[in-house]
Amino acid sequence: MTIVEIGLPKRLVELTLDGESVRVPEGATILDACTAQGKSIPTLCYGDTLKPANACRVCMVEVEGSRTLVPSCSRKVEPGMVVKTASERTNHSRKLVLELLGSATDLSTTPHVDEWMSACGADPSRFGPPAPPSADRDDRHPGEHEEPDGQTAATVRQPNKVDNPLYVRDLGKCIMCYKCVDACGDQWQNTFAISVAGRGFDSRISTEFSTPLPESACVYCGNCIEVCPTGALSFKREHDKREDGTWDEEAQTQTTTICTFCGVGCNLTLHVQDNEIVKVTSPHESTVTHGNLCIKGRFGWQHVQNR
Amino acid sequence: MDLKLLDVEPSEAERVVVDLFTGLGRDQLLPALHAVNDRVGWISQGALNHICRVLHIPPAEAYGVASFYSLFSLSERPAKVVHVCVDLACQVNGAKSLCDRLTSELGPAGARSGWLRSPCLGVCEKAPVALAFEAGEVAKEQLLAPTTAEEVIAVAAADPSHVDGGRAEVPQAGAAGLRLLKRVGAVDPESLDDYRATGGYAALRTALLLGPSGVIREVTDAKLMGRGGAAFPTGRKWDAAARQPVRPHYLVCNADESEPGTFKDRLLMEGDPYAVIESMTIAGFAAGCSRGYLYLRGEYPRALHLLRNAIARARERNFLGDNIMGHEGFSFEIEIRRGAGAYICGEETAIFNSIEGFRGEPRSKPPFPVESGLFGKPTVVNNVETLVNVPVILTEGCEAYTGIGTSGSTGPKLFCLSGNVSRPGVYEVPFGTTLGELLDLAGGVPPGRELRAVLLGGAAGGFVRPDELDLPLTMEDARAANTTLGSGVVLVLDDTADLGAFLLRIAAFFRDESCGQCVPCRIGTVRQEEAMARLVGKRPLSTSAEDLQLLKEVGQVMRDSSICGLGQTAWNAIESALYRLGYAEEAAS
Repeated sequence: MTIVEIGLPKRLVELTLDGESVRVPEGATILDACTAQGKSIPTLCYGDTLKPANACRVCMVEVEGSRTLVPSCSRKVEPGMVVKTASERTNHSRKLVLELLGSATDLSTTPHVDEWMSACGADPSRFGPPAPPSADRDDRHPGEHEEPDGQTAATVRQPNKVDNPLYVRDLGKCIMCYKCVDACGDQWQNTFAISVAGRGFDSRISTEFSTPLPESACVYCGNCIEVCPTGALSFKREHDKREDGTWDEEAQTQTTTICTFCGVGCNLTLHVQDNEIVKVTSPHESTVTHGNLCIKGRFGWQHVQNR
Repeated sequence: MDLKLLDVEPSEAERVVVDLFTGLGRDQLLPALHAVNDRVGWISQGALNHICRVLHIPPAEAYGVASFYSLFSLSERPAKVVHVCVDLACQVNGAKSLCDRLTSELGPAGARSGWLRSPCLGVCEKAPVALAFEAGEVAKEQLLAPTTAEEVIAVAAADPSHVDGGRAEVPQAGAAGLRLLKRVGAVDPESLDDYRATGGYAALRTALLLGPSGVIREVTDAKLMGRGGAAFPTGRKWDAAARQPVRPHYLVCNADESEPGTFKDRLLMEGDPYAVIESMTIAGFAAGCSRGYLYLRGEYPRALHLLRNAIARARERNFLGDNIMGHEGFSFEIEIRRGAGAYICGEETAIFNSIEGFRGEPRSKPPFPVESGLFGKPTVVNNVETLVNVPVILTEGCEAYTGIGTSGSTGPKLFCLSGNVSRPGVYEVPFGTTLGELLDLAGGVPPGRELRAVLLGGAAGGFVRPDELDLPLTMEDARAANTTLGSGVVLVLDDTADLGAFLLRIAAFFRDESCGQCVPCRIGTVRQEEAMARLVGKRPLSTSAEDLQLLKEVGQVMRDSSICGLGQTAWNAIESALYRLGYAEEAAS
């Protein structure tokens, strides 16, 4: 049975979206309005189960009367608002944001980003050849940096962090969207194992004093990985299979079932490849989990395939 | 929330200072970090762990906060460090050769050699300057202004004395007709009696008679505009906050003056601290605030001591506390919060996060501070200079006040003159004075030199040319001339200044001070600095024209899509140098 949340009736707000008059429920965001109109706006830091972080600035649109562009994922519609999603200004902003991200970050496992980049003609290589990986990103002091000569483009490339059997942290892919921190912190898990540390280009997702995860407050619920939009955080099994070329999403089936470990009744989606469970997620629309799980639901399935 | 702490204990000294915070909340995180830093000079794992235990904060979050501020070190360093300013005004006055000497004699800047490069220390009138901090049972500071390599080396080796008495540089001190600066350099900043003998607390008495709405009416009719850079009408801000039914309301005095080349607020706080306290009290009364926070930048130790003294004296005489000046039901308290080296914390919403004990990252607006600000409550944020205009309005009357300046920009204005100028310092002039008149007041460029350019408004401002000196200094004229007065910076460059190096410093400043929250600013400021390095160093990737194009495009996305004013203005000064001063042609040739 599907549960449909009806809620209280909402007034409709009328606004102009790319020249067309549209009506959306009060309290909706510009992004909601766009989605309702079938317009696709790229997003990265937006999470369907999280509060908007307003960080990535990929979803910026033009609102008449506003000095700057506004993030469509968080700005609520107002009566009479005139919104442009494909003006010269928004296109330039989107292109540059994607170029800047691509020039500093490895986006090879970020879904859709290639399409978005080619749609707006983004070319991250314009900023110069990427600088080599650095091993000191955890120790950089705010307000200090080495003077660049401009011959390479600074990046966040760095060695992977593999300090436990379940997670791989490839922070060279991290775009600082804050989603993992929000999922680990007060929005869902209340574990607070990770936070944003440092400042500016040297900011990074970190435990206290960059201590390894097993010594931190991490409980391995995997909810950070669930919300990571770029693959900077990944399940070790998935990461290893991708590395050795045996990860084949096309060949995977997804089966949703209910976790048997306790009485909460969390929905589990088993990702199965070659008759083996390779990953467990949970449907974001599940009213029990909202996409979150605990270590048991997320990782406690090896016994199923002990043959 | 269960806390998982590291298995590390604090030293005895660390434990003692942190235990003083027992029973307090998250908003005491920054004060607790300061307490440890003042005691031992850096934040060890054990100390941070103990802060987390006492204040009940997850260690990862506390680490995120501590690692945000440049005055804190999370790795061991000596108790004493000397911060040597390398920012705009000091650069023009020989900071580079000073640092070169220090590098050869003490070793490269860093914890081990005992000296660090610092962004603007806000003492530009005495450039080049340095500030020494020494941790201990009694933390000490010493401002070296102006300084030399010999002095920095000597101080790095010896004990700094407790805050020297270096008097504020006010070339106009004691002159007739001054309003904002009338006491600065002329009365004893420690004495409440001197303050009252020179008209102090008359304005608060008037305010209490007028009532909150009367005060707001006067300030609105006086057309007072914010002096921190954004020029928002102060009366409207107060009115909007006063109308909010939610209680409590908060007042924040933004004294995180960090815009390179700005030092007017420091001068006011050091020279007339009671005026700041009285003005905050009036603002609190008008906007219905029960509590005011004075967020002072961490690099202003002398202002800190004088303001602390002023608050204590004012409280003794019932100018703060309950039923102030006998006015039943009006209670107001002021708490000083020290910043710790982060330009972004002067942004009006980042300042809330910093006070609340979170990373000093700006919030998305709306909601605006007057609806939801500090601790989620209606909050008024005003710059120091804005506030000290209020007693002038109340004592002289709003009609007399609007008679000063122009119809669009009323009142007196402070300008910070520094760089290649004969008599640097803070000058008070009515709005509408021309840039040329102001430069004349400060003696112009040193004899035998020629004016090359003037940076108005600081790193976030813009350059104007020597042929634009007839520009009247008003908000509206600046806007019409496509420039800004910003926070009142007038940084003068003559023909000896190295404009390329100056621009590189501006680019480096924004790269260092970006909080890192949004992509356009976090990565854009890096790309801007890289492209400027290629342009100035004449080492283009392909052509300089392409680098200029990159700069323009990156500048546009920072301006359009950054969350806050830092990113939105990070391209302004460089853009104006390239196209208004013509540096683009020079660099491309």
